[in-house]
Amino acid sequence: MPFSLFVQNVLNGAGLGLLYALVAIGYTIVYGILRLINFAHGDIFMMAMFFVYYGAFLTPIPWGICAVLAIGLTILLGVTIERVGYRPLRGAPRVSGLCAAIGMSFFLENFAIVVFGGRPKPFLYPDVLDKVVIIAGIHIRAITFITPVVCVVALLGLNYLIHRTKMGLAMRAASRDFDTARVMGVDINKTVSFTFGIGSGLAAIGAILWAARYPQIHPFIGVFPGWKAFTAAVIGGIGSINGAIAGGFLIGFFTIMLVAFFPSLSGYKDVFVFVILIVTLLLKPTGLFGELE
Amino acid sequence: MLKIKNLNVFYGGIHALQGISLDVPKGKIVTLIGANGAGKSTTLRTLSGLVKARDGQIKLDGEEILGLPSNEIVARGVAMVPEGRKIFPNLTVRENLAIGAFQRNNKAEISKDEELVFTLFPRIKERVSQKGGTLSGGEQQMLAVGRALMSHPKLLTLDEPSLGLAPLLVKGVFDIIKHIHEEGRTVFLVEQNAFAALKLADYAYVMEVGKITLQGTGQELLQNDQVRKAYLGG
Ligand SMILES: Nc1ncnc2c1ncn2[C@@H]1O[C@H](COP(=O)(O)OP(=O)(O)O)[C@@H](O)[C@H]1O
Ligand SMILES: [Mg+2]
Repeated sequence: MPFSLFVQNVLNGAGLGLLYALVAIGYTIVYGILRLINFAHGDIFMMAMFFVYYGAFLTPIPWGICAVLAIGLTILLGVTIERVGYRPLRGAPRVSGLCAAIGMSFFLENFAIVVFGGRPKPFLYPDVLDKVVIIAGIHIRAITFITPVVCVVALLGLNYLIHRTKMGLAMRAASRDFDTARVMGVDINKTVSFTFGIGSGLAAIGAILWAARYPQIHPFIGVFPGWKAFTAAVIGGIGSINGAIAGGFLIGFFTIMLVAFFPSLSGYKDVFVFVILIVTLLLKPTGLFGELE
Repeated sequence: MLKIKNLNVFYGGIHALQGISLDVPKGKIVTLIGANGAGKSTTLRTLSGLVKARDGQIKLDGEEILGLPSNEIVARGVAMVPEGRKIFPNLTVRENLAIGAFQRNNKAEISKDEELVFTLFPRIKERVSQKGGTLSGGEQQMLAVGRALMSHPKLLTLDEPSLGLAPLLVKGVFDIIKHIHEEGRTVFLVEQNAFAALKLADYAYVMEVGKITLQGTGQELLQNDQVRKAYLGG
């Protein structure tokens, strides 16, 4: 394989890995605080794409601003889903939350079919993302280069929120012990909303980059990335942010590498993901990293 | 400062607090003693808004706080050192202190209180960047007290701070509580270690299966035959 192709594959793998990481974080932080697997997370991811799609398609607002607005709307959506769908079940047996999450997922998918239509739509994005840049003689599509950069910036932002802000502190405390966090003055409802907001915001960033890479969107587009990101979170150790990043990166990076180096095996790339899952769980049932730090 | 009146609390069918009433006057140290399962923690948890009451009153400086959310109760000046310390193991010592001040925003005043906690517990200062989970039991208890003080409370409540500590450390904990009280803080102390608690307290209540059965000054109860038999080993 020529060196330039190799570099392209590495960037591609890093990009996909980081995209999975962004989505996986949403699963892991929600689980960390509520012990709930938010099955609607992949559908929140899908909705973000449609927000950008309709923003760019129906309004004269520039694409970049549409993307930012879509991230805001997605955050609002995630917070609302928790408020309406999950909060009334707080304290109920875990299986109730699980059912609510599955129901929410079906609801969003069917809502999208009815309102947006089931036929795949071409996702519009600015031409600059398609521009081929040449760095040290290597040809790279701008989006391939931009994806990992944006993801890393998002992760740095996340790190700041979690470790340097009061809400982040509340989140880490509440993920260990609701009652003690409460008697310290933490408002649990606000903290949970904040958590859903962060998770949904990261999913939206991931979704927009994803759609620019694979520019065809439809109501079920979130299902498979959602499952894989969830798998990534489990591999990393559900509840752990670092774990979700590691798990997402592992899955995305190795999928791309497998296809690049063993093209004949590319049909097995999803099997490969679940092999990583099974091996991890056999060797370390709690995943690579323990819990939310 | 704190007045509890006819408080009734149920856990499902269990009548855990059966119409208890008690007073914690300003500037005093009041203790609630009783055997395991008497309802001491339930009293504190109801006061902090973690447990809902069926009926009754809890007044703080004349204002009803029963039914308020916990964060609101903290904001009004009630801090708790929970049973079993409940240090956040995943947060550093400094973050554990910071979360104690969660309701406050004045950075200068918060760091003044942090300095105060450090003066009180030099050991804690040495360990500010360690994770809470790596501290010893005694250090965790100090941190739990320091964390509660970070909210600059009017009323400090402690749930069995001596539980599970070696005798030497127990003495240290009671000395600290005494010191905090002498600095002018109102203290409501729940204990099974009746002897130490009664020696410290201005006033004391004895609780048995959800009811207050005896009350008096610490000295009176130390002399009381019933108390001596039941809690002080003869
Ligand atoms: N969460 C709970 N659910 C049901 N029963 C409880 C709960 N917490 C405490 N109890 C019961 O209430 C009674 C009082 O408990 P508690 O207040 O913890 O006593 P103490 O602190 O004096 O040991 C006990 O009978 C205990 O079993
Ligand atoms: Mg107790």
